[in-house]
Amino acid sequence: MADVTRREFLKVTSATLAGSSLALLGYSPTSAIAEVREFKLARATETRNTCPYCAVACGVLMYSLGDRSKNARASIFHIEGDPDHPVNRGTLCPKGAALIDFIHSPSRLTHPEYRAPGSDRWQPISWDDALDRVAKLMKQDRDANFVAKTPEGLTVNRWLTTGMLAASASSNEVGYLTHKVIRSLGILSFDNQARV
Amino acid sequence: MALQSLDIVRRSATTTAPPGVREAYTGTVAKLIDTTKCIGCKACQVACMEWNDLRDEIGSNVGVYDNPGDLSGESWTVMRFTEYENPKGDLEWLIRKDGCMHCADPGCLKACPAPGAIVQYSNGIVDFHEENCIGCGYCITGCPFDIPRISKRDHKAYKCTLCSDRVAVGLEPACIKACPTGALVFGTKEDMQQHAAERVEDLKSRGFERAGLYDPPGVGGTHVMYVLHHADQPQLYAGLAADPHISSLVGLWKGASKPIALAAMAFTALAGFFHFVRVGRNEIDERDEAAARQALEAAPPHNAPPGPGAPPILNSPHNPNPDKRP
Repeated sequence: MADVTRREFLKVTSATLAGSSLALLGYSPTSAIAEVREFKLARATETRNTCPYCAVACGVLMYSLGDRSKNARASIFHIEGDPDHPVNRGTLCPKGAALIDFIHSPSRLTHPEYRAPGSDRWQPISWDDALDRVAKLMKQDRDANFVAKTPEGLTVNRWLTTGMLAASASSNEVGYLTHKVIRSLGILSFDNQARV
Repeated sequence: MALQSLDIVRRSATTTAPPGVREAYTGTVAKLIDTTKCIGCKACQVACMEWNDLRDEIGSNVGVYDNPGDLSGESWTVMRFTEYENPKGDLEWLIRKDGCMHCADPGCLKACPAPGAIVQYSNGIVDFHEENCIGCGYCITGCPFDIPRISKRDHKAYKCTLCSDRVAVGLEPACIKACPTGALVFGTKEDMQQHAAERVEDLKSRGFERAGLYDPPGVGGTHVMYVLHHADQPQLYAGLAADPHISSLVGLWKGASKPIALAAMAFTALAGFFHFVRVGRNEIDERDEAAARQALEAAPPHNAPPGPGAPPILNSPHNPNPDKRP
């Protein structure tokens, strides 16, 4: 035990007495009140969408910051199943339940990229450039390879050198339009991710 | 929020009774886990992480499908996979969603020494309030199911809240909502028992003679219940307790040891008082002073003489060798 002088002893005891007296008089910090976590979706904006993963195309509800007023910048912070969607009625698989991390993933692709033939790297390009390039190449290929009639004289109007793979997360209307556009170009190799 | 929507019926380490007029007249809540319908997809685990803003450390494969390998401060529910070869020689893959059982008689709450760190609501949910948690880990000892875990990040105890924040506003827990096979169901405890009875009847008609509901009476029943194919052998499901009870240590610690310790303290104070009255203080008399002086003079020369400010050596009050007294 260290040497304690009379003065030190008195100092410590009087400080303790003063401290405990103050605490008893109600000058102590109040303890935090126990309560459940606040419900985080109360006034968040709810937006319906379709899960982008598989062909089941479950309905999801996306909750974003703010009420869509002019100055509030929306950002999705929670996603759960849509109970009114006939496919999943609110349920989701582990991938669908984890969609929030897919949205905020640092490796998520947010703009078109182009890799030149022979190049070893991707370079970001604008949507306009990307769509122009796709349209140009499609026209080139169609002009070169479109078959209006077979050698036997049978009218086929087909374009076999280009294919189209559509996404599964589409509504009936989007599916109808996609089908019409692709078939009217003469494309036969047409598949949908819904087959996986 | 809690005080309006979820009335607290019990509070850890608190002797004053909480307001108790309002009761759950419309029924308490319960989660029913139908192990016979579970496909082990872990959507419940993901939904739990997503809703509760938890991201556990990415671990490594533990050799089985359990991922993560155990509950943690950041993983409040895990699927436990068991390969069971039944007497017929067939392999059964028993999958159990593990997590807090929300006991009617919670061992964690009884063992907790921190006031208000663990509460039980009138709707049956047992909730941890980490701001009051001191990280002692007694709740783990008190839990008959070995559920709470101390987080490595903040050294406080965490476990499933049954999504008390969702239930408080009338929603089902996140895991229940996600479950794609309907193995997880949520509702009043009565409705869940009825649903389980229908499931058990169906299972029995399909050859699972021992199917049944797991709602262990040893902890007063639970607000998370299981439908098991082998209700007679719950330990098959990754060691689910066959007859869970609160450890007798908790009873001893929070029960008998309290009055005994109080009595011991009172007895010590009383003994001190009587010793003071009968024997009095230890006082130094002339003989002690003389003995001390003598001892000082007889001290061997290699001992440096005490400085002028040093107190005189008085060995008398605890004289180890009373024979030396003159």
